Amino acid sequence: MKRIVDPDLARDVSAIAAATGLVGVSFGAIALAAGTSPWLTVAMSMLVFAAASQFTAVAVIASGGSLVAAVLAGLLLNVRHILLGLAAGEQLGRSWAGRLIGSHLLVDESVAFTLAQSDPRRRRLAYWTTGLSLFVAWNVGVIVGALAGRAVGDPHALGLDAAFPAALVALLLPSLRQQRPRRVALVAVVVALATTPLVPAGLPVLLALLALPAALLPSRRPATAEGSADSREPPDTSPTDRRTQ
Amino acid sequence: MTLVAILLFAGGTYALRLAGPVLYNRIDVSDRTRTWLTLPTVALLAALAATATLLPGGEFDSVARVVGVAVGIVAALRRLPFVVVVLLAAGTTAVLRQLGLT
Repeated sequence: MKRIVDPDLARDVSAIAAATGLVGVSFGAIALAAGTSPWLTVAMSMLVFAAASQFTAVAVIASGGSLVAAVLAGLLLNVRHILLGLAAGEQLGRSWAGRLIGSHLLVDESVAFTLAQSDPRRRRLAYWTTGLSLFVAWNVGVIVGALAGRAVGDPHALGLDAAFPAALVALLLPSLRQQRPRRVALVAVVVALATTPLVPAGLPVLLALLALPAALLPSRRPATAEGSADSREPPDTSPTDRRTQ
Repeated sequence: MTLVAILLFAGGTYALRLAGPVLYNRIDVSDRTRTWLTLPTVALLAALAATATLLPGGEFDSVARVVGVAVGIVAALRRLPFVVVVLLAAGTTAVLRQLGLT
């Protein structure tokens, strides 16, 4: 525990936090325009803290949908958090305080940042740094947007809709250098894109989990480090023969 | 939105968030299981990145975004710093939109 703050991590998280804050400003403005009062908009952002689902819920209402439909559409987008939470279990520790507070900071980015870290201490640091930074940035942004009543800087014009997917891919790259996760990711992408036009928002990324059996397919290149680390893989026949001699 | 709707929305979301960590502590997770747990996470985040790039809101709507994300991915593959990846993706898309591309 030599240093609490990791300068590289702080810089990387700042980039995403800045983008999140700007998107928050636009959410505040849009929610206000859709008829939600400033204080309810801010309350929603602090209590829900899930950008995509909030935009969806507000859009359902703006397009004439009922409150029930808006909440259900928003919750459907958040079902993925069950899985994200399992992945973050290690970072939240065994204390109830850690789990109760840490769970609220569970967002795609906080999990993505931990995936890119190699040792447990850094994963923990990455999780909390990302979650807390995005929570503050998002809510400060929403307060500004809800008070100003209009977006100061249009996220669309600033290209922020490209920033988030690119950031996710960059954080996934260390995992994707191994064959098995890469194969799973490729099938997941195909399944999600193919099902997006057919099912409600939120389901395609869950259907993408159907890609998991792709990880069980026998590896064509058993010589990779990943293959040798997995004892369930059938060992290459010729070296086995040699070993038994 | 009403306060009741927001509280239901928030309560439901929090329950979904808390389910994973609670479940994680109920089961004895070995190092091996932990390694396998990253696979569904990778699948989910990759699917999220792909749909957010190509089909946000259910349909293809922006060439500028796709080019921006592609530039960002190339930068990441060339191991440029994360901040540069994010700025290049957003910057490329912003410039293309300034030039009239949607």
